[in-house]
Amino acid sequence: MAEATEEKKADSDSKRVHTYPLIRHSDMNDEMKTEAMELCVTACEKFASNNENAAKMIKDTMDKKFGASWHAVVGEGYGFEITHEVKNLLYMFFGGNIAIILWKCS
Amino acid sequence: MPQKQQPKAKANQSVERKRSKRGEDDLTDTGDAAEPDDWMQTKALVKPEDQLDLTDAELKEEFTRILTANNPHAPQNIVRYSFKERQFKQMSSVDQLAIHFSLDGNLLHKESEEARRQLNRYGKQSQDSEDAPEIKEATSAAAGITAVDEGGDEGAADGEAKEDAGEDGAAPTVPKAKVRSVEKKLTNQFNFSERASQTYNNPYRDRGTVTEPPPRASFASNVTQWEIYDAYQEDFEKQEKTKEKKVVPGRKDEGRTKKKFTMSESTSDDITRIESAAKIVERMINQNTYDDIAQDFKYWEDVSDEYRDQEGTLLPLWKFSFEKAKKLAITSVCWSPMYKDLFAVSCGSYDFMKQGNGLIIFWTLKNPSFPECYFETDSGVMCLDIHPQHPHLIAAGFYDGSVAVFSAVEKKEGPIHRCTAKNGKHTDPVWQVRWQKDDADNNMNFYSISSDGRICLWTILKNEMIFQDVIKLLLPDVSAEGPDGIKVPTTGCGTAFDFHQQKDYLFLVGTEEGKVHICSKSYTSHFIDTIHAHNMAVYKVCWNKFHPKIFITCSADWTVKIWEMHDPMVKHDNNENRKPLFSFDLNNSVGDVAWAPYSSTVFAAVTSDGKAFVYDLNINKYEPLCEQMVAQKKKTKLTHVEFNPTFPIMIVGDDRGCIVSLKLSPNLRKMKAEKKGAPPPDEATKIQREIEKLDKILTMVREQPT
Repeated sequence: MAEATEEKKADSDSKRVHTYPLIRHSDMNDEMKTEAMELCVTACEKFASNNENAAKMIKDTMDKKFGASWHAVVGEGYGFEITHEVKNLLYMFFGGNIAIILWKCS
Repeated sequence: MPQKQQPKAKANQSVERKRSKRGEDDLTDTGDAAEPDDWMQTKALVKPEDQLDLTDAELKEEFTRILTANNPHAPQNIVRYSFKERQFKQMSSVDQLAIHFSLDGNLLHKESEEARRQLNRYGKQSQDSEDAPEIKEATSAAAGITAVDEGGDEGAADGEAKEDAGEDGAAPTVPKAKVRSVEKKLTNQFNFSERASQTYNNPYRDRGTVTEPPPRASFASNVTQWEIYDAYQEDFEKQEKTKEKKVVPGRKDEGRTKKKFTMSESTSDDITRIESAAKIVERMINQNTYDDIAQDFKYWEDVSDEYRDQEGTLLPLWKFSFEKAKKLAITSVCWSPMYKDLFAVSCGSYDFMKQGNGLIIFWTLKNPSFPECYFETDSGVMCLDIHPQHPHLIAAGFYDGSVAVFSAVEKKEGPIHRCTAKNGKHTDPVWQVRWQKDDADNNMNFYSISSDGRICLWTILKNEMIFQDVIKLLLPDVSAEGPDGIKVPTTGCGTAFDFHQQKDYLFLVGTEEGKVHICSKSYTSHFIDTIHAHNMAVYKVCWNKFHPKIFITCSADWTVKIWEMHDPMVKHDNNENRKPLFSFDLNNSVGDVAWAPYSSTVFAAVTSDGKAFVYDLNINKYEPLCEQMVAQKKKTKLTHVEFNPTFPIMIVGDDRGCIVSLKLSPNLRKMKAEKKGAPPPDEATKIQREIEKLDKILTMVREQPT
């Protein structure tokens, strides 16, 4: 985290830092996409210092809203190879340093 | 008595003792019955603490007990009123009977007579299903017996308690017996119907299917801080760009819409806006109004034709007349090559003294009430032709000698091209125009013929129309004297021409002198052949639609003639005075003649006395199949006739601006009967057959002369 903040500072010094949610890849329909995106934003803002809780919140809320077996990963650096149900994938960045991958697979 | 009383007291004593022994809970009040002590002694299992210890002497003491039949509780002093003696009297006799316990047994010994009977009655039931209950019953019954026995042994004092205990065993037997009695209820044998019934229960089955799993896809990526950073950077740049772009096209769009708005404002006033709708409504109304004609057009066949061999009729269908053309003559008619129901007519005047304006009118069979479109011209239109490939283009020739090209699609009132005196205008009325195939440079071109003796080729370039004289009809032997004694060469007056269908260069020219020249585009001053065909002006020359050498002419000299083109290589002596293959006298000036598109032997002609003639050489070589008055008024002259290329109708124009469409009756379009079962012939064989048909007739005629 310390590194990240340093990076942030460096960024803000040199260039602007963008913190808006940026959807990198998604095959959801628009309605679902916006909802999921907003949820991710709220979760990450609520648990800014605890990615685990944020992921848990995202997963639980998605399970409630769109049915079971959602998976969410929130983190600053990781690699993944997932299999998801079509039309149920969201891969986005938020806050300038967090990547969120959210998918459904039962 | 005292003897007797003592034991009684003793008994009472013992009872008292027993009571004290058992305590308060034993509430049963018992009379005599067997003394339990004797019984107990033998067993002597339990010795109550407060039992009296008796000495041997006391124990050996004998008590004589006399059992009497008297009930100690029975009242001794019952007094009843005797009516006989009118006083209360003591009853001497007292009922001494006391029942302490009774139990009706219903147990049977298995081998007893009754049990056997019962077994017989229930037969199998007891054998297979009720075997076990029977035994149970027996055992329980046995238990009951023992219980009763015990009760009996222990004494009546315990009777009720015992009965309670025995109920456990005995109770099940009682309802069993009841059930059995219910089951055995006798049915009414005369009128019995069993109410209960049980349907067959369908067996349950499990059935499973496997649905397709929801489609899945894989996705993989890596998250690193720099990737996130790059992605944001990229996206941000994109956003900036789109912002810039959005601003620019926004303005453009505004401009465009404004332009459009102004355009629509300027062009579409109220009338043009409803034009298409009005047109649809107009067509609908016409369809209703002329429904009977449309039905006739499609379905009416003259039944009487079956009873006439060599005659046919023409059924008048729609009549087309236009207010502005009322005083003009129809100078030519032409079907549209694209739309089967559309045709164009030109209106002008044949009268030299009454020249005025002209008209080109497009009519459709779907709307006889008003033209599809029309062009007004300052001079009489004498001829027109619709371009076969571009059906919106119309070439027209005027009485003043000019030619012009109109376009039906362009919203332009006048012609798109028109020649003037400067560029090759004819000096006399143009009698016929005809589109030709596009030339080597793909420019559209057409020919015109005029009384001034010139045949011109008009080529349409981008913005202009250029002309070229193809042939000049000179009369070689006659020359007129000019006012100053100069010899002026006289020219022949062309009135009609027709181009050969196969040979591009070959064409016929009819002249006012009654001659027919066979010409070639290649020779500008020389005729391939010349026939002295008529004595008066030739109004129409027309190649046969099938036979390449046959053509027809009509003339003001009342005749229609059919000719054969001689082989130019073979020299004929009397070309000039050659005789036609056929000649028909129609008893009036023949305005127009037209070959039928469906047969090589059928042609139609119209005359100035308002009659239309239809001939079929295959059926009758001398007389018309149909001679019919078409014009409404006696003095109306028929000027032109044309067959529709597809439908069995033809249109006839008169000199009052009116056009009548006529349906040909079945006899007029009789084709050579096909062999039954034979496949429909293709186009080439059809043409071949038509040529053969005509040739067969011609051979008979050819041999006749000489």
